[in-house]
Formats: sequence, structure tokens, C-alpha cells
Amino acid sequence: MPVKSIRQSLLLAGLVMVGFAGPALADGTVIIPDVIELSGAGAVSGTNWRDGAMMAVNEINAAGGILGKKIEMQHFDTQSNPGVSRAQVQKALDLEPYVILGPIFSGSVKVNMALSQAAEIPQIVGAEAAEITQAGNPYVFRTAFGQQFSMPKIANYVRDGIKAKTIAVLWVNNDFGKGGRDAFTKEMAKRDIKVVADVSTEQGQADFSADVVKIKAANPDAVFVYSNEEEDARFIKEARKQGLSMPMIGETTLLSQKVIDLAGEAANGVQGHVSLSADAPIPSIQAYAEKFKKTYGYGSDHNGIKGYTAVYLVKYITEKMGKFDSKLFAQTLHGLTVTPEQTPGILMEASWDANGDIDRASFLAEVINGKQKITKILPKLGSK
Amino acid sequence: MKTLLKYAQVALVVLAIAALLAAPLVLKPYGIFVLSQWAVMAIAAVGLNLTLGYAGQISLAQASFVGIGAYTVALLQPFGVPFALAFVAAGLLSFAIGWVLGYPALRVQHHYLAFVTLAFTTLVFLVMRNEEWLTGGIYGISNIKRPIILGWSTVKPVPFYYFALGMLALVTAIVWWLLRSPWGRAFTALRENPIRALSLGIDTRRYTLFAFAFGSALGGLSGAMHAPLVQFIEPTSFGLSLSLTLLLMVIVGGSGYFLGPFVGALVAVIMPEWLRFADGLYLIAYALLVLLLMTFCPSGILGLFGRLANLIETRAASARRQSLSAKLDQKPVSS
Amino acid sequence: MSAFLQLLISGLATGAIYAIVAVGFTLIWQTSQTINFAQGEFVMIPAFFVLAAMKLGGLPFWAACLVGLAVSVFVLGVMFKQAIVDPMLKHGVLPLVISTIALSLLLKESAKEFYSSQAQPFPSLVPSVDLNLFGAVISTQSLLVLGVAFVTVGGLNLLLNRTRFGRAMQATAQNRSVARILGVPVERMVLATFVINGLLVAIASILISPIYLVKFTNGETLGLAAFIAAIVGGFNQVRGAIVGGLVLGVVDNLSAAYISAQYRGAFPLFLLIAVILLKPEGLVGRREERTV
Repeated sequence: MPVKSIRQSLLLAGLVMVGFAGPALADGTVIIPDVIELSGAGAVSGTNWRDGAMMAVNEINAAGGILGKKIEMQHFDTQSNPGVSRAQVQKALDLEPYVILGPIFSGSVKVNMALSQAAEIPQIVGAEAAEITQAGNPYVFRTAFGQQFSMPKIANYVRDGIKAKTIAVLWVNNDFGKGGRDAFTKEMAKRDIKVVADVSTEQGQADFSADVVKIKAANPDAVFVYSNEEEDARFIKEARKQGLSMPMIGETTLLSQKVIDLAGEAANGVQGHVSLSADAPIPSIQAYAEKFKKTYGYGSDHNGIKGYTAVYLVKYITEKMGKFDSKLFAQTLHGLTVTPEQTPGILMEASWDANGDIDRASFLAEVINGKQKITKILPKLGSK
Repeated sequence: MKTLLKYAQVALVVLAIAALLAAPLVLKPYGIFVLSQWAVMAIAAVGLNLTLGYAGQISLAQASFVGIGAYTVALLQPFGVPFALAFVAAGLLSFAIGWVLGYPALRVQHHYLAFVTLAFTTLVFLVMRNEEWLTGGIYGISNIKRPIILGWSTVKPVPFYYFALGMLALVTAIVWWLLRSPWGRAFTALRENPIRALSLGIDTRRYTLFAFAFGSALGGLSGAMHAPLVQFIEPTSFGLSLSLTLLLMVIVGGSGYFLGPFVGALVAVIMPEWLRFADGLYLIAYALLVLLLMTFCPSGILGLFGRLANLIETRAASARRQSLSAKLDQKPVSS
Repeated sequence: MSAFLQLLISGLATGAIYAIVAVGFTLIWQTSQTINFAQGEFVMIPAFFVLAAMKLGGLPFWAACLVGLAVSVFVLGVMFKQAIVDPMLKHGVLPLVISTIALSLLLKESAKEFYSSQAQPFPSLVPSVDLNLFGAVISTQSLLVLGVAFVTVGGLNLLLNRTRFGRAMQATAQNRSVARILGVPVERMVLATFVINGLLVAIASILISPIYLVKFTNGETLGLAAFIAAIVGGFNQVRGAIVGGLVLGVVDNLSAAYISAQYRGAFPLFLLIAVILLKPEGLVGRREERTV
């Protein structure tokens, strides 16, 4: 027994003594850590974001870097878990970074944006929950519409385009789906459109027959579908199978090429609003999508574009400032507009407001013959 | 010889504690945070080790109790309830729920208890996610404040780390005392031979329930520390995967060994961080490591060391026996 | 009424998938006391084998399916037993549980890192046609799954009860040492159950992937469902798995439609707890004399 206890204590002591040394970084580089979902529920989005960001980093480094400094980008996996993401942002901050990219999950961003704020390091996130930019944090910036911007656009489309009086909402019960559902329901109430069926579904759900039965019984003028790609595809297939005839409306994900590939013919006729799309009829985006596909062997989704443009945004602002200054970076980005003429990598003209929210043109689209077809380009909110 | 070993043992524990205390001198805030996570998770693992390692009950509900503790602290905070009070409340609530859940422990044993507690974990997750009026639903609760203990603020990483270590020490001391009390001895009797324990007049029903509830209470205390550590809680953190991770901590460390959960939590919390140099493959490396570990020391890391120690002792004993018998053999010749 | 029928039929189709996965789960539990927490991942992986054989080996779909079956019998059947189960078996249930938990992480991460994190479409064995049945719709794919589930379980039942081989397997499951004394090659019998499990998960994988799509996270919900189905039906009877699976699929659909969608995950668990407390041998299971 005593010998055993000694071994126990020795082992404890030994293991604890080992430190947590970060990698040493050479001079002549600028450190931009990427804290992102590479495993767990968010891995699909996170992988896209990582690959998009790395594509930009490689392009920029091949062209000489930013102000002559190469970008040193490390990826920190959050495991889609807020607690782990906090540790990883802390690890990233310990490297004394210039800017931090990610994460995408709203819950994770809510945990760690206070850390980067305290360290006065700008954090460019992929999250879309409304409250992130409403907490008065001057260091957090978005790469895509917050739900408070995208939902009014899709709501207008439901009222003016579809002319629906009643609607069913099908959403995935996680923080992405619930956030979208809450924002959408609010917009519906404002427009006097009645939500007649409010259907919660599970992440990873395979059988959507009960959900379709419910929607069928409610008989709405349209169905708003807000879930992840695979579940979207499974729902569309089941809906077609049971002969659900009203229009299916979505926001970005539902109209993505991934869902179309997975759902096959059933996806035809799906329509909605696309905030950001690798299928947009814009030459710069199409060139991006093509290169991404060639490099990584799969098609980019909007998260890939988010990661890609985030890196180019950092490059543009730094060159505009003429120096590396994290604090000044945050100040410069507020109220700034970046155009593809200034830096092609931004792909589309985009503006950031005083809260860190992004504004850019977006699209109304419909799936026709297995392709996302843009039917209308909605201008930037600010340019009206 | 025995006393020397005893001194050496104490010295090593002191050394380990000194290393933990000195860690902030060399570690950056990230390392401090991870070590704090270790301390907080170790509390829950110590609890599960009590339920599983000492009382022999397989529970997959420990994550729920961590969640219940975390939500208790987070929900009481807006009402200005002092942390100490909320901390105790988290423990008591988990104890009570554990007691109620423990009832099936009397009806079903072994793997069936694991299944019931597995179901419980998922049910608690669903309640946390769906009852938005109470728990904030899937959005969780953000901006949880770190406590000020008797005027000492734990807001910064290092003070909170010492606070977490202190709480771990407190829990460890209580469990140490408990295991040496008649209660603790009854636990072990229960695990080794429930029928014999019953015949010896131990009220197995009460003790099983108590072991289960006490282990659950430690889960709640761990959660009460988790909420201010991360400063944000949401339901998915307290799902089945955390229960499985806690089980892994206890088994990998060495189920039934007092220091087992400390080592196990080290493996589960800190090992993946060490392996991050392997980039995208770090979780694969971690899984392989656990597989290898289980293959070569199924009784856990401390079990392996226990076996080695036994081996050394047996060798020493047989050497002694040999030299003695050699002397004995010689004696008849000389006499 | 047609809505109810629809829910029932869809529930049966989903339940049939759970049943196939649960059968293998039950089998290896019986012969080797292995609670396989990686069973869901075992179903997720073979579809990747098939896709890899098509993409890298350039094989046609049917040949790739055969390759997938063979590889999963070898990797998930034989290798799983020899490398992971055997060394740990004598140390009780728990270390093995931890190993299968680690294995599930290993399989998930490997599929993601070495193939893709993105969901992949998967070809179907039968053309997907929707059939109308008294107002309810069922696809040919679902019918195929149902058919295969019944044939598999029926076949296994025959094998176990009507053949020498099957009775030897049952003897192994019930009492190893007695079986050994009676001359049953216990080791070979245990191996056989692992091989059968490897075959079943591969069949399940090929059947469901056109519906579920191929993705590294697919095993998470499936593993738990199979687990619940096995216990609800009865851990010690092969036919229990099919009853458990079908009941689970139907309960899930009916509760989601008529009680609460947000709590749809809870009803199978209530069922599980009720069965454990009231009828621990399962709905159609046989009461066991020994408790361990």
C-alpha cells in the first residue's frame, strides 16, 4: 500500500510539472490564430471556414504577405464546446496575436468575446446570433449578416414575394436554429403573418415524417425551413414524398449546393434569401468557388467565404493603416466600407457599422433544375 | 522500512501540491485555465469514484449533476445569493436528486443502473434545453460572475485557479475523512460482497443510496465551480458525452484508488491539450492512447502502478524468503 | 387516419434500421458481455469503405459494396475482437466500455480527417419509388430496409435455434465453462458473433446511407437508438431487437406528432426506464436465472 501511494504521488507530481509551452514564432511573421469548430457538431462549418481562411493565407503569403510579413495561422479546435473554446481563445491570446478569427458557434463566441475585448484584440467571428453585436463590445466583428438583418429580408420576401398569410416554421433545436426561429417569428408577427405550425426538430434527426404530418395538418401558405444541410435535405425529401405542395422557403443553408446535391430532384422549387453564397452570379465569387473546389476537393459553402474574406479584410485594413496595431484596427474597421476594387479578396463590397455588424448585398434565389438560380440581388441596406 | 515509505509518500504528495501551487509562476493564462478545468472536473470525478470505485454503482448521470450544480449557481446569482450559499445549495440539491434517482439503484444493479442513469442524463439535458423560462434554453446563461470570497476577488485567472484548487482540497479532505469513517468502510464492504455486508448487519439500502447521493453531490459542487470558471453555461455541455468522459477519468485513473480520479482527470482534460501538436489528428491520437492504456492497464494507471508495486514487494519478499531458507538450510549442517 | 397510418409506417421503417443495428449489439453482448458504445460508429463507417472503394479503387457500386462488407467484417468484426475485446475481457465490463468509447471517437475522427467532414450522397440499391398505401406513402428504400430486417432476424433465429452451430452459440452465451466442457469451440463461437455483427452493421450502413447520407456524425443518434431498442426488446433474445427497434421507431414518431416535438427524445427513454424497472428482461426477453 505505501509503495503504491508513492507511485501515485510521483506520477501526479511528474505530470503536473510539465508546462504548456507554446510554439516559438519567428520574426517577420504576423500571428493570426484561428479558433474554430473542427470536431463535434460544428465540424462541417468549421472545416469550410478553416479551408477558406487557409486559401487566403496561402495566396497572401505567396504574394509577399501583409506589409512584408508572412501570416502565421494556427488552428485551434473548439470541439464545438464553449468551455474548450474559451481555453483555446486564451491560448490564442497568449501568443500575443494581431487579430483572432472565429469561432462560428454563437455560444462559443458569447463565452470568449469578453476575453479578446479585455486583451483589446479584434475578433472576427462567423456567428450570426443577434445579441453578439449588441453588447457594446468594440472588438467583435461579423463576417455575415446577424440574424437581425437576414430575417427581415426573408420576412419581406414571404410577405411580398410569396404573399403568404400563414406560415409553418421548421427549425433545428440548437442555438443556430432556435436563434433563427426566434428572429423569424418576431418578423412574422410584425407583418401580421400567422405562424400556424412551430415544429422543433433534433440535430441528426433522420425521420421527418411526424414533422411533415404536422405541417400538412396545419396547411400553411408556405413553410420556412431553418436547419443544417443534411437535415434540410432529409426534410425536403420527406415533404415531397408526402406531397407537401406549398412553397418551401429558406435562408442561405436551404438553398446551398450541398442541400441540392443531397436532396436531389426534391430540392427543385425551393426558394428564399441567400445572405452569402458560393453560387452567386458574381465573377469574383465564382472564381473563388472554383479555386476552392480545385484545392480541397469539395465545394465551399458560405462559411468558406466567411473565412476567406476575413483574412483579406485583415490585410486590407493593415495596409490602409500602414502598420500592425490591434487597437487601431478595431477603430478603423468601424464604419468602414471595403470594395473589391480596393482588395479583390473581399469578393463583394461590404461595410461594417459601429457595432461590428456587416452589411452587403444579398440575393433572392430559387432552385431550378438542380442549381441555385439568383432571381434578384438585394442591395446593401445602407445604400437605399 | 514501513515508516520510511510513509514519509516518502507524504513528501511526494507535498511535492505534487507544491507543483500545483507554483504552476502560475511558469504557466500562461491558458495553462492556468486548463489546470483550473482539471481541478473542477476532478471534483466530479472524485464523486464518481466514490459511487463507482467504492460503492460499486455504475452511474452515467454524473454530467447531469454537474449541470444541475452549474445551473443552481447561475440561476441564484441574479438574486444576489452569495456564492458560498449557492455552492452549498448546488451540493444539497444534487444530493437530494441523487437520493431520489438512487432508488432504482436498489431495484437494478450493474449495467441496468448504467442504462437508467444514461436515460436520466439525456432527460435532464432536454429539460435544460426546453424549459427556456427557467434555464434560458439553448442560449444558455452568459456573464456569470466569478465570486468575491471574503473580500478576495477571484475574477482574474490566477486567483480563480487557487480558489478551484482550494475547493478541490476541501472536497478531497471531506472524502478522505468519509472513507475512514465507519460509513466509508461500509461502502467498501458493500462493493466487495453485498450479501456478506447485509449479513453483517449493514443496511445496504441506506448505504447504497448514500454513496450514490454523495457522489452526485460532488458532481453538483463541481458544476458550481464550472459555472464561474467558464462564465457561460448551456445545456449541450452537460450531455451524455461529459458523463462518458467522467467515467473515462475514473476508469483510466484507476477505479477505487483514492488518487485515481486526479490522474484520470489529468488524462481527460490535459492530455488532449498536450496532443494538439498533432494538429487535426490530435483527437485520433488521444483515442489511440486511451485504447492502448486500457489494453495494457485495464485497472487504470494507478492500477498498473499498484501491480508493479505488488510485483516489487513479492520479489523482495521471495528474495528475503530465499535468503532466510538458505540460512535455515545451512543451520542443520552447522549444528 | 391516413396521417396516423403514415406515422406508423414511417416509424416501422425507421425502427427496422434500429432493429438491424440492435441485433448485432445484442449478439456480442450475449457471447462476450461487450457493451459496444461504438456500435453507432460501426454503422457509420462501412459506407465510407464503400465510397472509398468506388472513389479510390474505381469499382462499380455493387463491387464496392462487397468490398465494404468484407472490410467491415474484418475490421469491425475480427480485428475489433482480437485487438480490443480479447485483451480486456477478463478485466470486467468497464475497461471495455471505456475502450469502445475511445473507439467511437477514433472512428468518427478518422472518417472526418481521412475522408471528409462534409456529408456525402450515397447510391441506392433499389430505385427510389414512392408507393401509396391507403393514403400513406412509403418509399421502396424503406420497404427494403423493413424486408432485410425481418429476413435477417428470422434467419438468425433459425440459425440459433435450428442448427448445431446456433445451439453451440447459445450454449456459449449462456454458460461459457459448461459449453467448453461439452466440447463447444467457445472461442470460435464468440468470433462468429463478432463476424455476424460486422456483417450486420455493414448491411445496415449500405441500406440507410441513401436516406441518412454519409457523414461522420451519423453514428451518434443511431448508436443510442440501437442501444435503447436492444434493452427495450430484451437483451438476451435476437427477436427482442426487432420488437424493440420497431416499437422505438413508432413511439418516436407518434410522440413527436401528438405529444411534444421538443421532448421527442424523452419518450423512448421513458419507455426504457419503464422496461428496466418493470420487466428488466425486455418485452420479449427470457427471464435469466443469473443476475450478472
